[in-house]
Amino acid sequence: MIPFLFYMAAAIALVSTVLALTRSNAAHALIYLIISLLAVAVVFFLLGAPFAAALEIVIYAGAIMVLFVFVIMMLNLGEEGDQRERGWLEPGVWIVPAILAAALMIETVAVISMTEGMTSGEMVSAKAVGIKLFGPYVLAVEIASMLLLAGLVGAYHVGRRLSERRRGGIS
Amino acid sequence: MGGLVVPLEHVLLLAGLLFICGLTGLMIRRNVIFILMSLEVMLNAAALAFVAAGAYWGEPDGQIIFLLILAVAAAEVSVGLGLVLQIQRRFKTLDLDQASRMGG
Repeated sequence: MIPFLFYMAAAIALVSTVLALTRSNAAHALIYLIISLLAVAVVFFLLGAPFAAALEIVIYAGAIMVLFVFVIMMLNLGEEGDQRERGWLEPGVWIVPAILAAALMIETVAVISMTEGMTSGEMVSAKAVGIKLFGPYVLAVEIASMLLLAGLVGAYHVGRRLSERRRGGIS
Repeated sequence: MGGLVVPLEHVLLLAGLLFICGLTGLMIRRNVIFILMSLEVMLNAAALAFVAAGAYWGEPDGQIIFLLILAVAAAEVSVGLGLVLQIQRRFKTLDLDQASRMGG
């Protein structure tokens, strides 16, 4: 049962990734990319890494994809917003992502309803990850925090300088 | 040891295929947003390989490297999207071929 679920999630991940990278509309591509990340999260869960699966959904499909959505909305790539909004409600746009997401949902329910052998093999719990992360790997955590600070400062710098220069150009 | 129900090679094959998808997308698309998405796909594929190896040996190290990859992806995408905004404002387009002043 578990191998079948794994291959199904793998197929969904591959199909949605290919679809995401061949769309012409960036917002449609984002939907497929989110489906792909959710499928990879299911694969993580089946591999016995529930902590990684949760982080994949919360940070990747949640936070990082929201950044993409914000930027796409800020750029306002299309021509007429109204026309586009109406077009988004047509079934052709959302039916394929909805089918893929429903397949993942069915898979998750199947996994959870199986009482025995929820994950394949032995499960690496979040506790083990935390003990190792703040034990031998504490230096890597510090480096990651500095990297994130650099990213924060860099993004702020890139976004801020330009608006000031543009204002200076107008006045 | 060897706790996976599916063979480790199949998981690594999935990671490789996802990575190839991302690499192909990186090469065939000229839109900055799609290039950033391809980078995300490639980072995700690498993370999948790490988690699979960690699960195979039953060690938490794979998930720790996944966490670090997550931090790298977050930092990269924040700076990258800032650059996207700058390119859009300066060149009025998202086509990377228009922003080739450095001759890259």
